[in-house]
Amino acid sequence: MAGIQSRRRFIATGVACALTGALAACSGPSETGSENGVVTISVNGMPPKTQPVDRKYFEEDVKAFEKDHPKIRIDAREGQMDPKTFSAKLAGGQLEDVYYVYFTDPAGLIQRRQGADISQYVKDMPYYKDIKPEFLKVFTGPDGRLYGLPNGQYSLGLLYNRDLFKKAGLDPETPPATWDEVRAAAKKISALGDGTVGYADYSKNNQGGWHLTSWVYSMGGDIAAKKDGRWKAAFDSDAGRRALQTLHDMRWTDNTMGSRQLLQIEDVQKMMGAGKLGMYMAGPDNIPTIVKQFERKYEEYGVGAMPGQATLGGGNGFMFNPKASPEKIRAGIEWVQWKYLNPDRTEFEDKRAAGSDVPIGLPLDRLFTGQAETEQDAAHAKYANVPTKNYKPFVERNGEIEQKVEPPNAQQIYTVLDGVMQAVLTKKDADLGRLLKDAAKKVDGILATVK
Amino acid sequence: MAAPTTLTRTPKRAAGPRQEDGVRPRPPRRRRIRENATAYAFLAAGLICFALFSWYPIVRGLLLGFQQVSFAQPATWVGWENYQRLFDDPLFATAWKNTGYFTLLALVFGFAAPFVTAVILNEFRHARSYLRMTVYLPVMLPPIVTMLLWRWFYDPGPGLFNNVLGVFHLPAQQWLESENLAMVSLVLVSTWANMGTTTLIYLAALGAIPGELYEAAELDGASIRQRLFHVTVPQMRFILMITLLLQVIGTMQVFVEPFVLTGGGPDDATVTVLLLLYRYAFVYNDFGMASAMSTVLFLVLGAFAAVYLRLSRGKG
Repeated sequence: MAGIQSRRRFIATGVACALTGALAACSGPSETGSENGVVTISVNGMPPKTQPVDRKYFEEDVKAFEKDHPKIRIDAREGQMDPKTFSAKLAGGQLEDVYYVYFTDPAGLIQRRQGADISQYVKDMPYYKDIKPEFLKVFTGPDGRLYGLPNGQYSLGLLYNRDLFKKAGLDPETPPATWDEVRAAAKKISALGDGTVGYADYSKNNQGGWHLTSWVYSMGGDIAAKKDGRWKAAFDSDAGRRALQTLHDMRWTDNTMGSRQLLQIEDVQKMMGAGKLGMYMAGPDNIPTIVKQFERKYEEYGVGAMPGQATLGGGNGFMFNPKASPEKIRAGIEWVQWKYLNPDRTEFEDKRAAGSDVPIGLPLDRLFTGQAETEQDAAHAKYANVPTKNYKPFVERNGEIEQKVEPPNAQQIYTVLDGVMQAVLTKKDADLGRLLKDAAKKVDGILATVK
Repeated sequence: MAAPTTLTRTPKRAAGPRQEDGVRPRPPRRRRIRENATAYAFLAAGLICFALFSWYPIVRGLLLGFQQVSFAQPATWVGWENYQRLFDDPLFATAWKNTGYFTLLALVFGFAAPFVTAVILNEFRHARSYLRMTVYLPVMLPPIVTMLLWRWFYDPGPGLFNNVLGVFHLPAQQWLESENLAMVSLVLVSTWANMGTTTLIYLAALGAIPGELYEAAELDGASIRQRLFHVTVPQMRFILMITLLLQVIGTMQVFVEPFVLTGGGPDDATVTVLLLLYRYAFVYNDFGMASAMSTVLFLVLGAFAAVYLRLSRGKG
């Protein structure tokens, strides 16, 4: 009996040990992530294997960084901040220490305290003072603290098909600079027939709201404005009415926007890639996507600045896990600065990428001011592998128009404006004034929660 | 020989120790547990799975409805605030109205179509297997493929449906872009994609109806319509009742069709309860609101199922 009991005890102890071991193995790295003074940080933003060249460069950079920083190890992962999985990863302790975000994300993440305050760690960061303040503002909370760093920037402009411009008798070197000119050009392009659409725009999955925001900005208006310390909807205005009227006229009077609506970015890029679309509102970063995905040539596309007075800026950057230790945050900032905010490496990176399919010379990433900006521009010009003259209309005029950021609670507002965009593009008898008035009432409710 | 005699008597359950009644004594508890260990082990596996993947998330979801969570900070209790905000959202009523409309249309198309198809297929003497497979084929397609296929059907330019209308000199339609047609278009997709399974269930039920009933009805001079309503439908009543319940529960949770095809548009005409819930959780990252919404949906579906079963039991 004693033998059986001791055997049972032995088995029970073994099972308990195995379970403890398994649990310990599941619990992940230590809180500080530091072993023998070496800090391991998990970072995302690694290009997928489907982009072998970008992936190779990234892996080379990780090795070079670790050689330069023997006390930091990089655990690199694919992907970026995805709202669908973000909360689950954060709750489950699986969120990377340094995670990639779009400019649309930081406001909400900061409000929900899902990013670490990095203000105290960036004081001595090289080139920190050269970053344009408007991009740092995207990562600054209402408390004035900094919660992330930008690493890419774009402004919405007008992307167009140069071949269709030529066929329609338009000059591809001088794209439209006003909405009246856009209307006129769209008419000529649509007249080519064979299902060719002059101008297309989004109206689904919040993307319609995002673009309508840019439309209102371009007309000189605003989406939200602060009055007496409280945010209120500001688009039920002359600018808002002009934006809707122009869209409505192009869709129903000119018939230059095609009959299929409820489009989103992938649909419009497909139309552009198929050579069936003249123009659409986009940042220059859309060009490589279209070229690679639909096997087109860079020479076929041009980009002009946003018609009108102002445009909506966008971009991307990095934020830090709120549960990360100070050591990890410091190491993460080292990595972001070295890899993404490092004018000293621009020449090397451009030279390395010049012979590959990684585009150099697109009018993007103008994050710095002063000497750093001049040096980066010179390197980009020297190693450019895309037809930079096609982007001249964008570069020349984009600096003259106002660059605006998204309104607070942007995603909720975009949902409401999506409905407005859909109504204008799908209902010929849409009451534009009524649409703006009803949407403004809804947006006032959304903005009432903004602190 | 006394024992068998005793066993033939009706045992007096409450009187005295069981051994005296002649009933086999229950083994000691430890032995009982040991004898049933395998059964308990199998039960435990199931219980753990349900507890981890169903019951815990349900309870957690109910609690989240009363909390504000960021998953970075400890959750804070906000009482009924999430529900208050939910009822204040103008899209809340729109989503329920749209979902109700979808469910109603889905019952008209989705409940009747498989039944009619099954009855027709059941009459075929030849190529029955081939026809069954054809009806079931759409179920095997991945939902996203189905949606992309139908998006081409509905395309107002080069789409299939407008081309067919054009052949008959009928005006082209804005299938997904029109506020009036969008929901009907989604129901058609949903019915086409899902009716295969229900049709097979009905075909199996039709096959189980005894042929003598039809013979007797025929001898009594019953018409096809009378045979359908006086033999087929009553014989399939239970199956029809269950599929109706499942259909309502399923269609109230419609998501893929509006998410892929319309994004809730045009002008919020196809925003459904689940699409709104998705937006709360994964677009606005407001899990409190999303959980409150799912609790409301759970209560509505639970109440419907209870009332429906009660009513149908009463009629039975």
